[in-house]
Amino acid sequence: MSALLSVNDLRVRFRAMSRLKAMATRAEDPFIDAVCGVSFDICKGETLGLVGESGSGKSTIARTLMGLVYAQEGSIRFDGQELTGLIGSARKPYRRRMAMMFQDPVGSLSPRLTVRSLLMEPFRIHGITGRDPAAEADRLLKMVGLPVEFGRRYPHQLSGGQARRVGVARALALEPDLIIADEPTAGLDVSVQGEVLNLLSRLQRELGIAILIITHNLNVVRHMTDRMAIMYLGRFVEVGPTDAIFERPRHPYTEALLSANPEADPDAVLDRVEISGEVPSLMMRPSGCEFHTRCRYAQDICGRVFPQPTADGGEDGSHVFKCHFPLPA
Amino acid sequence: MRPGEPAQQVASSRPSLLEVVDLDLAFQTPRGRVLALRDVSLAVQPGEIVGVVGESGSGKSTLAYTVMGLLAENAEVTGGAIPFEGRDLLSMTAEKRRRLLGNRMSMIFQDPTTALNPVRSIEKQMIDIQHHQGGSRREKRRRAIEMLERVGIPDPQSRIGGYAHEFSGGMRQRICIAMALLVKPALLIADEPTTALDATLEVQIIHLLKDLQREIGCSIIFVSHHLGTVAELCDRVAVMYAGEMVEYGTVRQIFHHPGHPYTKALLECDPGRIRTKTRVLPTIPGEVPNLVEPPSGCIFRERCPHSFDRCVTEVPAPRDLAPTQWARCHLLDDAAEAPA
Repeated sequence: MSALLSVNDLRVRFRAMSRLKAMATRAEDPFIDAVCGVSFDICKGETLGLVGESGSGKSTIARTLMGLVYAQEGSIRFDGQELTGLIGSARKPYRRRMAMMFQDPVGSLSPRLTVRSLLMEPFRIHGITGRDPAAEADRLLKMVGLPVEFGRRYPHQLSGGQARRVGVARALALEPDLIIADEPTAGLDVSVQGEVLNLLSRLQRELGIAILIITHNLNVVRHMTDRMAIMYLGRFVEVGPTDAIFERPRHPYTEALLSANPEADPDAVLDRVEISGEVPSLMMRPSGCEFHTRCRYAQDICGRVFPQPTADGGEDGSHVFKCHFPLPA
Repeated sequence: MRPGEPAQQVASSRPSLLEVVDLDLAFQTPRGRVLALRDVSLAVQPGEIVGVVGESGSGKSTLAYTVMGLLAENAEVTGGAIPFEGRDLLSMTAEKRRRLLGNRMSMIFQDPTTALNPVRSIEKQMIDIQHHQGGSRREKRRRAIEMLERVGIPDPQSRIGGYAHEFSGGMRQRICIAMALLVKPALLIADEPTTALDATLEVQIIHLLKDLQREIGCSIIFVSHHLGTVAELCDRVAVMYAGEMVEYGTVRQIFHHPGHPYTKALLECDPGRIRTKTRVLPTIPGEVPNLVEPPSGCIFRERCPHSFDRCVTEVPAPRDLAPTQWARCHLLDDAAEAPA
């Protein structure tokens, strides 16, 4: 199956200090690599989950795909077309086919527009004249399960869950092929979280949309995604089928991350792998394997040699990890 | 035991460290009086960790802030009492109450970044917080360094001079915990202390809290919407919904034998508890009631799958399910009366 979105060796750099400070401190590299050497594919109708702790580069990938952040190196191919060089109006047709749900549901809606105008906005921006935008807005509201009267409300009159639904409706307005959902359940209560996720999977089933879910909620990833990628310091440390990774994580960081998921059962047998210390600074990436400073299996070689990706497991060898001493399959 | 009496008051012969008795609280807003807490009762024994769980708007943070006396100006306590170590916090003078803060009781906030003063060094803040304690400045500084070391701040001797922005999120929350426990309080109130942290840090912080609680022997009120952390840390759990406490029991009772339909629904919604992979997650249909005019009868009836006539007309009183567990639900009446 050909991929809808194909990302290859993506690298995103941010300036971490001013030119003057870089000169004064004689810093060799005033930039940090927020995302480094990231490659993945998403096929039509598939759901990929990106997980990792704050600062691991998950949201940066999303923003780069949408063209909100400039990719330093690498390629982003969408339906066969290279996107990295495209700017402005040349990119617009592709932006229409990829929609983003932003992290903050209320903050991503303009406070001065009613829900109806917010839903009509995409049609106006992309100059779609054939359809009646007001009717489309009503249709979208119904689709995400909100009463049509909500069109007259302003964002501050919505609850978090309702604002999320408006976010989903906006993302769906132009019938995209890919939805990028950045923390779709952040700030939502568990009883509402299910509603938003069920809505996304229903629409995916009905419309065949591909979804990229970015989250640190592992329970969401387990139920919602086909494949998942685990990020650490801007790199993928493990990618593969979600079930296989939850069953047998191969990278020690994945193992620790999965076991750090507190279970709502006071008698749960916690076979917990606690990792010591905190995420290192991107300004001072550790040498060799970047996880070796916190890894309980680390040996001499880990501090010196960067581990190459190993493909193993899965019928098609799609389970890939970067570790010198991977956990047994 | 009279029926309907919350069991924990009878079951324990020890005096409670803190009690919240029939607390009613309202916020005055332009849209009317929001009845944010209604008839809330809770008892915290010495050395016990009590979790308060509930969704946003359930009043769990309001309860914590009421105990600390940190309510907004438009809040008004309309009834009830909060005896702490035998003296009612609500009828105490403001000055007396202030003397308890940072001495007998202290608090950890959700966001460690805004909880610390950005323009005062950690050292100054940690010395300030000991103003109820005796000892010289040097002695207080020594205690502060010891505590920073205890919570796992590397090289505390030199880092104590630093400012909040020089520490990472996890480190800042450790500093907040160090500050809160430096005075060895009898009661610590933790308002969602791990919400702003990543999963791996969350686990570290939970373990740290538990270790320190054992060392100091203080009680903790742990406010959280995260069922996993509550199950791991707490001895007892209070479940709140729309300003009322609907169920109370030991952590095992609440998680293994929940009595209230809301508690059951809440546990079922947690995707972490669903073993087999599913694309359709359970939800609680409907919305939280408007607290300006709360519905008659049971507060949960509009969303409850089992509601019947009596739920509309009569507010359910707490029913005992076990000596240490009660819930407010009419369904339990039949169940409780049948074996007796």
